[in-house]
Amino acid sequence: MPEPFRRLTAPALPFWADNIDTDVIIPSREMKGTGKTGLAAGLFANRRYRNPETREEDPDFPLNRPEYRAARIWLAGANVGCGSSREHAAWALAEHGFRAVIAPSFNPIFFGNCVRNGIVPVVLPREVVEGLGSPVTVDLEAMTVTGADGRAHPFTLPAEARAMLMEGLDPIALTLKDADAIAAWQAADRERRPWAWLAPQPNISKRTSGGPRRG
Amino acid sequence: MASLFETLWQAHEIRPGLVAIDRIMLHERTGAAALRSLAAAGRTVATPAHVFVVMDHIVDTRPGRDDQTLMPGGQAFIAETRAAAKAFGLTLFDVTDAEQGITHVISPELGIVLPGLTLVAPDSHTGTQGAFGALAWGIGSSEAEHALATGTLRVAKPGAMRVTVSGRLRPGVTAKDLALHLIATHGARGGEGMAVEFAGEGVTALDMEGRMTLCNMATEFGAFSALVAPDEVTFAWLEGRRFAPRGELWGQALAAWRGLRSSADAVFDREIAVDAALVAPMISWGTSPQHSVPLTGRVPTAAEAGLAPETHARALAYMGLEPGRPLLGLPIDGAFIGSCTNSRLSDLRRAAAVLRGRRIAPGLGKALVVPGSQRVKREAEAERLDRVFRDAGFEWRESGCSLCFFAGGESFGAGERVVSSTNRNFESRQGPGTRTHITSPEVVAASAVAGRIAAPWELG
Ligand code: SF4
Repeated sequence: MPEPFRRLTAPALPFWADNIDTDVIIPSREMKGTGKTGLAAGLFANRRYRNPETREEDPDFPLNRPEYRAARIWLAGANVGCGSSREHAAWALAEHGFRAVIAPSFNPIFFGNCVRNGIVPVVLPREVVEGLGSPVTVDLEAMTVTGADGRAHPFTLPAEARAMLMEGLDPIALTLKDADAIAAWQAADRERRPWAWLAPQPNISKRTSGGPRRG
Repeated sequence: MASLFETLWQAHEIRPGLVAIDRIMLHERTGAAALRSLAAAGRTVATPAHVFVVMDHIVDTRPGRDDQTLMPGGQAFIAETRAAAKAFGLTLFDVTDAEQGITHVISPELGIVLPGLTLVAPDSHTGTQGAFGALAWGIGSSEAEHALATGTLRVAKPGAMRVTVSGRLRPGVTAKDLALHLIATHGARGGEGMAVEFAGEGVTALDMEGRMTLCNMATEFGAFSALVAPDEVTFAWLEGRRFAPRGELWGQALAAWRGLRSSADAVFDREIAVDAALVAPMISWGTSPQHSVPLTGRVPTAAEAGLAPETHARALAYMGLEPGRPLLGLPIDGAFIGSCTNSRLSDLRRAAAVLRGRRIAPGLGKALVVPGSQRVKREAEAERLDRVFRDAGFEWRESGCSLCFFAGGESFGAGERVVSSTNRNFESRQGPGTRTHITSPEVVAASAVAGRIAAPWELG
């Protein structure tokens, strides 16, 4: 479960072409394992390395410059995270330490994947994003982003996304709060559509911590 | 009053934005991550009987296959998915199972998808299954985890769109052509954010396999999901399938399913009309399914294609083509018949009809037929279609996704021009640098014989 996010001041990586797709964020070749981890070294691999095989760095790529190596905020261009819906893009960013992406617009799937993985997606006008400099402060309590020049810029987030990020809640935990409503719906549905339910019955006995009824 | 989509949505909405999920399908490429993460969080699967796990994406398709796969690290995906499926008590269609096959092919074969259900899978072509009147859509790994743990999804409601196809397709024109025609006309984002219902005589006249092909390609139209209202053709197709209801339940189901249609006064957020008589056999020239023209057409200019000059130039540079060049006659290096778009029995029959008594061109590199499932393979072999393909010089493979996409293992070569019955002609989709032309199985077959892009009617 992601760590709760309140406020973060960190170096901000300027890498802001428009339409940076998820294959740029994490090339499919870098998705070697079955899990959500082991992806950080593959982040931006085709841009970050002169040779992705040997991991020889390209010194011109901002992430390789000393001032941005510890970046935890990414300043991006419009429609960031377009292309394949692979959640690995958010996982790779999170594993590398990124907790916020600031861009003029987001691909909707990538936006959702960020929220689910503890990365704050901030939409701000292009001039603002490009003028923020580094370091940047993202404040979820005040709902502002403050650039290197000390100017604060307000932004908005859907209430549920904000709550999830601030509480470090994942959507499953949030949904399980509705376990009773779900169980009631299912009971009624078994009457309504018996043909839609396959034997055996729901796996109630095997449920461990956090199962639907426990919330 | 209500559209079919609206009816399905309302029947599953527990509260606004929270939707009940009736069936979940997982495959080894994305499913393992969801199951691993679920286990790590100490959670379980809410309704294991409603979850089906399939090995299809990175399994080898060469004869005599086992867990070995050419994809580096691929075996770990297979082994981990298998172990997780067993640990969670899920129904598994393993590498050597008699019902193994591509998720969207075996689900209908086994009656996993049914009219009126919601079905999700962490796979973008899940909408294929909407051909049965189910609300089926592709999701991400975390959403899959959510669906597994809670039997629900939090999902923003898509819009409702209807594509009405009047008249019937002309002989020799297929559902694939209809889909490419629609996407070429209205763009790869034409159905973005929409649950797209396909309706009209041109759709109801299609068999189930054609309807699946059409719904499959709705993903390339940007759609959230695709739908065809179920009818007697649907019911006859499903009756007796392994997970379909039986006896009294079948009767109850039929009664419910017969009401699943958009009412005459249903309201849609967007409507498109297509005249079936105007649809011709189609093929792609570029790197998006939107970059498609009639088979007898030419590579368009940027203005003709309605594309930004840079996009057009990049696509042409990748494909090694120039505007004005006729598609017919382009020399090819490979041919692929398969994928969740066009790998079912009727697809193989149509391709075999073109190949019967013929040979593929000498010098053609890889030419593959990959049946969508073991069942399709068995049925095709019972009709001796395998012999037709083999005699023509095609490789006859085990079922799976195979060269529909490049996972790091087997591929076509860089710069090779391939005609393919798949759904995506993106850059490097079938191998780094491979140039893919998507079209119908019969055009793939004819082109393989000619050694260049060719129409079946040209073969004489
Ligand atoms: S056949 Fe191709 S498009 Fe279909 S599920 Fe497999 S990889 Fe995806």
